Amino acid sequence: MKHDETAGMAHPLEDLVRMDRIPHIWCPGCGIGSVFTSCLTAVKQTNIPYNQFTMVSGIGCSGRGAGYINIDSFHTTHGRAIPFASGIKMARPDLNVIVFSGDGDLFAIGGNHFIHAARRNMDLTVICVNNLTYGMTGGQVAATTPFKARSSTTALGNPDTPFNLPLLAYASGATYVARWTMLHARDLADCIQEAILRRGFSFIEVLSPCPINYGRRNREKTLETLKKYHDNTIVKNGASPTELEVDFNKGVILGKFIDIEKPTCDEVYRRMYRPPEETTENRKSR
Amino acid sequence: MKYWRVPLDSGEIQITRGRVHIIEDRCKGCGYCIEYCPREVLEFSKKFNAKGYHPPQVKNEDCLNCHYCELLCPEFAIYSEAAFGQ
Amino acid sequence: MKPQVLTGEHFINGDEACAEGAIAAGCRFFGGYPITPATEVAEQMSVRLPHVGGTFIQMEDEIAAMTSILGAAWTGIKTMTATSGPGFSLMMETVGLAIVTETPCVVVNVQRAGPSTGLPTQGAQGDMMQVRWGSHGDYEVIALAPSSPQEMFDLTITAFNLSEKYRTPVFIMSDEIVGHMSEKVVIPEARKIRTVSRVKPAGRKDRFKPYQPGLLGVAPMPAIGDGYNVHVTGLTHDEKGYPVMSVDTQKEMMDRLLGKIRNNLDDIILTEDYRLEDADVVLVSYGVSARTAYTAVEEAREMGLRVGLLRLITVWPFPEQRIRELAKRVKAFITVEINMGQISREVERCAGTVPGFTAGHHGGAVVPPDDVLKIAKEVLA
Repeated sequence: MKHDETAGMAHPLEDLVRMDRIPHIWCPGCGIGSVFTSCLTAVKQTNIPYNQFTMVSGIGCSGRGAGYINIDSFHTTHGRAIPFASGIKMARPDLNVIVFSGDGDLFAIGGNHFIHAARRNMDLTVICVNNLTYGMTGGQVAATTPFKARSSTTALGNPDTPFNLPLLAYASGATYVARWTMLHARDLADCIQEAILRRGFSFIEVLSPCPINYGRRNREKTLETLKKYHDNTIVKNGASPTELEVDFNKGVILGKFIDIEKPTCDEVYRRMYRPPEETTENRKSR
Repeated sequence: MKYWRVPLDSGEIQITRGRVHIIEDRCKGCGYCIEYCPREVLEFSKKFNAKGYHPPQVKNEDCLNCHYCELLCPEFAIYSEAAFGQ
Repeated sequence: MKPQVLTGEHFINGDEACAEGAIAAGCRFFGGYPITPATEVAEQMSVRLPHVGGTFIQMEDEIAAMTSILGAAWTGIKTMTATSGPGFSLMMETVGLAIVTETPCVVVNVQRAGPSTGLPTQGAQGDMMQVRWGSHGDYEVIALAPSSPQEMFDLTITAFNLSEKYRTPVFIMSDEIVGHMSEKVVIPEARKIRTVSRVKPAGRKDRFKPYQPGLLGVAPMPAIGDGYNVHVTGLTHDEKGYPVMSVDTQKEMMDRLLGKIRNNLDDIILTEDYRLEDADVVLVSYGVSARTAYTAVEEAREMGLRVGLLRLITVWPFPEQRIRELAKRVKAFITVEINMGQISREVERCAGTVPGFTAGHHGGAVVPPDDVLKIAKEVLA
């Protein structure tokens, strides 16, 4: 029996996972766990000590991410992961602050916070798991649900146009913008690692299936969604944010679109507001 | 997988070998690893795990230790490591 | 570099005094959003904080302001925000997060007349029940009501000390009148100011439980990066901080949240008596209204009416026991406040058969002493 050989062996990410909370709540066929695994892999790949990281989530399925990473982690209120993370970052600029949350949390109820953190170039790594719906509450229409797609509150199809998230991020001032699907796990992990290691507001959209509450209503099994991620996507680094709407019929563009260097919010604040001697003193004490 | 040509130096290339480890009781049977293993190493087993799903099983010795299953699995239920002495 | 404590005599307004109190108490992070009549607190903090190694950030709304101070608090520092009615309403959900995650912070509400936009530049005390019950669910809060710029300084320090001691948000329920009133404020020497900081955990990191009650029923609190790997959630959680969706865990958590306040009332509740010894009628008041009430007591005494004042410095938790004791020997209570009856309901609840009256005001100005006297005269007629 093959599985007997694994007795006493451990998955390489177990030191970063709260194993006493596994199995997690994510459904069979849900992609959030895959995005989370890529994220943890990225954290590990940086070789930065774990206590120099913190993770903040909002509410929703993806918002449970913070509950499973074995570092100081925060599961906050709906939509408010970014301002919570901003408070941490401004008080402790040396920490690597990762925001792991969903599309509904970050872009509907939390949209205002997103655009302002991007505008300020707050040094955060924002990972948005985009499953096109409100999964936890049962599949209601979201700000990312495709036009005409069915949801529990749009039985006849979504009458609204969804956000183009990378365009929104770019227009708001994000200095790093990328998109992958959970199937592009290696690219995604490397992308998250790069985002962690750079300074500035980094936004990574990750398309991920919700088979139970989105797929079921739109006649799409989880492996069919993954097939679309495989067949109907094209990697085009540096693509213009204006051409990044999510339309699998036309083909969805993935890659790293924006990577600009710009002083971060905490850097500029320190330089402009802290008296010089104070800054030196702070550096010494760190 | 079939290739339309074989590299001329294929005999000199060291091919990594891997061994897949499956933590069966964590599996929720999504099938990601089976569907997307580039070497088609895995298949659904007939047995049920503690949660009532069919976990994957290894069907051949073709694993190259690419870790893709490990990265894609949403449940921390599968990983690979280098195998030596093949 | 400016000193941390501006020792000396100053002629400043209540908002500025509040900011100076915060700096003296050790506050090093302020997340704000402009709103009349609390803006001066933010303005003063924006100037002062960077000079003491702190950080000021003006967020995009009050929700973000309130949330940012919780994030910053978990880095191990003292944090504050200040607002007024409309912003206070926006903060309410996050106040619940602060309470359930036992995150110390200070929230200043410089009250103005409502509802809605109301009278932005004119004072009121209409948020006294909101501060107690405004966030959803059941909980206890600590709220202090300063009556003067000097108390804006002093009570802000007290608020930080209580918040650190009990790991809970503490509210300064000021109002436009005290906030914008300039008076002499004496700032003592730094070494004479008593400040309290949260208890940090010790011992084995892997066995640490961030919500296991210690001294006074309050758990020690680590900072991010200390190596305790804490998980902090707004979901009902056990002592380890992990979400547990059970009635038993809910009870255990609620008992802890309520207990740490309810079991330490003597330490938290501050009141002040004025001519209560022989009083037949007790005025109960707080904040700027207490100044009206003082005048009313003086005038009543000149008329030969035995009126005294119980000033609530701590409004929440409400000093129930004190009212019950007074009710045994007085003829009536008159609550003086700039609303149409909020704290008066609490007074009447505790007064038993002793009649209670409200000398209220719709908002925008103080309660005239004559209004108080009129009721007192009728009661004693």
